[in-house]
Amino acid sequence: MNSTAPLDGGDHPHFTFPDGLDLECGAHLASLDVAYCTYGTLSPKRDNAIVVCHAFTGDQYVAENHPHTGKPGWWSRMVGPGRPIDTNRFFIICMNVLGGCMGSTGPRSLRTDGKGHGTERWGTDFPPITIRDMVRAQYKLVRHLGIEKLFAVVGGSMGGMQVLEWTVTYPDMMLAAMPIATAPYHSAQNIAFNEVGRQSIFADPDWHAGRYWQQGVVPARGLAVARMMAHITYLSEEALTRKFGRRVRRDPANAQAPEASLSMFSDVFEVESYLRYQGSSFVRRFDANSYLTITRAMDWFDLAADYGGELPAAFAGTQVKFCVVSFSSDWLFPTSSSRYLVRSLNQAAANVSFVEIETDKGHDAFLLDEPDFDRTVRGFLCGVADRAGLA
Amino acid sequence: MRLDQRLIAEMIQPGTRVLDIGSGDGALLDHLSRFRGCDARGIEIDMREVSRSVAHGLPVVHGDADHDLAHYPDSAFDYVVLQRTLQAVERPREVLRQMLRIGRHAIVSFPNFGHWQLRLMMLFSGRMPMTTVWHTPWYETPNIHPCTIRDFLALCQEEGYCVQQWMAVDEDGERAPWRRSIRLANLFGEQALFLLGRKEDCLPK
Repeated sequence: MNSTAPLDGGDHPHFTFPDGLDLECGAHLASLDVAYCTYGTLSPKRDNAIVVCHAFTGDQYVAENHPHTGKPGWWSRMVGPGRPIDTNRFFIICMNVLGGCMGSTGPRSLRTDGKGHGTERWGTDFPPITIRDMVRAQYKLVRHLGIEKLFAVVGGSMGGMQVLEWTVTYPDMMLAAMPIATAPYHSAQNIAFNEVGRQSIFADPDWHAGRYWQQGVVPARGLAVARMMAHITYLSEEALTRKFGRRVRRDPANAQAPEASLSMFSDVFEVESYLRYQGSSFVRRFDANSYLTITRAMDWFDLAADYGGELPAAFAGTQVKFCVVSFSSDWLFPTSSSRYLVRSLNQAAANVSFVEIETDKGHDAFLLDEPDFDRTVRGFLCGVADRAGLA
Repeated sequence: MRLDQRLIAEMIQPGTRVLDIGSGDGALLDHLSRFRGCDARGIEIDMREVSRSVAHGLPVVHGDADHDLAHYPDSAFDYVVLQRTLQAVERPREVLRQMLRIGRHAIVSFPNFGHWQLRLMMLFSGRMPMTTVWHTPWYETPNIHPCTIRDFLALCQEEGYCVQQWMAVDEDGERAPWRRSIRLANLFGEQALFLLGRKEDCLPK
């Protein structure tokens, strides 16, 4: 595991807002960077823009090879020419979330609170942020691009939380919204999993109270364990069984052990080896402080909190056309939470479609090949666009 | 679109808000929104039909008449439509109440169990009738609450609903000519189609 090299910030296309951003916690960010990618062409009427919100560990590189990993964009099967989110018709904007580590202002940015002489990074002193703060930062960039009204906001998982927050904070800013594999609040179980991930990072000796870069290290083991655990929650039991079963392979780390001996760890199950790989590759592209900041933002997410716990009130009078999508084997954001969302939208007399996609791939299904899901995304967006008279 | 759906569409004023319970392949929704300027939405129990409808750009949610109507606010719609399903719901009376709570009008169609063929079969064979309309054996049928046209009218009277329009149609949806006599319609109509309003719609103004 390449654990010693601190992450390089790199340079990502971004816009700097010198007026900064007021955060929900009361703090003020004196300067705000929003890193983003766009695809397709903004129409002369500026009415074909879709914001795609990325999930927790995603980033703005939706549909192009990632500059760090070289891997294809995380939703390149969904976004592109002729794809369900068709860049021949729509103008796609995807922004790295506030608190992230791919160019937008986050814990790895230089402090702007007057401490550290302008040369020190925020680290754990980065102010706590919320999903609404993320959305307000995105709103600034959308307006900066000269867009008065979005055609749609689309996103899965934590991206779906941002979609919901968009519809509540800026209800007149979009025609359509697709919250996918998400929930209107983070459940106790969701929070519990996040907490295990955080404790795993804290327990790493390389954590150094959050100022690990000063020691030239990153808390790679803690971060990798957090990722391994989280990754299990993204898959279903069926998917794990189908992919790995109980298959075993020789552990390369113990290759010199005699062939016939049965020692405790001479062989590894394929599922173990897969998770280790997921953990170690994650460490190379994600910052531990961002992990903490963003998981906390998710934990605080509760759309109904500002409305006396009444979710329908959050959507009162909304004109947005919703399409809620869940996946049958997703146990992290189960169909029941989407159904709760749909019923609340019905109570608010909102225009809502709701599809549960049959799949055994678990929460991750929204990133994978699911033809029914593709058809739903394409059909919903085209339907709304046609009815709205979009070119 | 089936002929009986065309009859339903004709009952609906253009530009209104419509909820179609059991929207199936979405044919009625599509017709209403495309040609009659309606804000037409659907509820459908079969997930395949739901995804097909949504993939065609129609607003449909996965749900059913027994469990999901309670979540809509009062008078959210001008019309709530229930096609050929009343006999298959768990609590038909409650479903009708919900329909006329969330909608100003209810449009209900159901297969008529009072049709002469059914009566004759029961009389002569002494067994549950099997016809083209009632084609599943008693132990497998989803139709757990069959009723006749007269039964339905009696329920409407009991609940105080205002019957604004009704007709008997045959299985293909052709309007049957028994419009004047309920007894004849109940004998010869294979399907019944009702447009109901709330109690106050029938009160003298």
